[in-house]
Amino acid sequence: MSDATATDTAPAEEIPPGYDDGEDHIGLEHHTSTGLSNTKLAMWLFLGSECLLFGGLISTYMLYRNRQADQLGPDQLWDIPFTSATSFILLMSSLTMVMAVSAAKRREEQRTRLWLTVTAMLGGLFLAGQVYEFTVFYREGLGYTTSLFSSSFYTLTGFHGVHVAVGIVMLLSLVAMLRKNKVLGDKAETVEMVGLYWHFVDVVWIIIFTLVYLVPA
Amino acid sequence: MSSDATITDSGHDETVAEYPPSQPVHEGGHGHAEPTDKQYIGIALLLAVLTAIEIASTEAGWFSGAPLVTILLSLMVVKFLLVVGFFMHLRFDSRLFTLVFYIGVVFAIGLYGVMLATFHFWTG
Repeated sequence: MSDATATDTAPAEEIPPGYDDGEDHIGLEHHTSTGLSNTKLAMWLFLGSECLLFGGLISTYMLYRNRQADQLGPDQLWDIPFTSATSFILLMSSLTMVMAVSAAKRREEQRTRLWLTVTAMLGGLFLAGQVYEFTVFYREGLGYTTSLFSSSFYTLTGFHGVHVAVGIVMLLSLVAMLRKNKVLGDKAETVEMVGLYWHFVDVVWIIIFTLVYLVPA
Repeated sequence: MSSDATITDSGHDETVAEYPPSQPVHEGGHGHAEPTDKQYIGIALLLAVLTAIEIASTEAGWFSGAPLVTILLSLMVVKFLLVVGFFMHLRFDSRLFTLVFYIGVVFAIGLYGVMLATFHFWTG
């Protein structure tokens, strides 16, 4: 293969390696039968399937939320101001994530890495809050097998926590890969894919926070 | 219309037609320009305010019973739509992505709605 050439006109701006030309050329950007990115389509399919996973966990919790032992239920345990603070942190991590995607689309790699790192830190704070909350509940006598309520609560919020942890690993890996220029394909799209996953984790928490913590039993 | 022959970083030959600057941003999209960073901050602030209203409604005891649940669920749906539509760009992207995602959402709501009905969740 020869070097990149333009037959008629030279490109107006030098495009860093690993980024596309920033244009969505209709029907020509992706060589797929749909004309869309297969990676993005696969990610949306995955997120659609995740709705079924979390739907099952949330509905199981709703079913068992009143099946408590020793009077240890939501009313005695929830610390709404604390959980609100951690929810706010996760919500703001969605803002930093979208800033990272925006910077990646503008090909500002340093800023992209910065926003991705901040997002990972906010995710870590949220996770630390969840671990603290679980510790408090456990000390108050709410073990995993204490009641159907506790089992369904820990399973639901635990699964969400695992998703956040996976998201943090993805974010930090992406930062390292961007730094070492190891991202294969279009960098902006890769950042966007990690962003889609992260926002989905935030969306799931929006639902969990309302249904589990705010709606009265 | 002239065409530019370019080679991408992946090494694939790609012939790209010239498009006018006024071309819609996304193929198959809904024809809107993506938000700016300032607009993203505005959306995040709106999400924070909606969350504050949710918490205040519960903690301050402004409402109770069915009205409270209705308000909380409505705010939850608005927040969901804001994040999915703007932060996840579904509003600006191909309708196929919207379809694929919402099939999952609708299927989950239907399936687990029926499951909860089977266990008499709605009727107590």
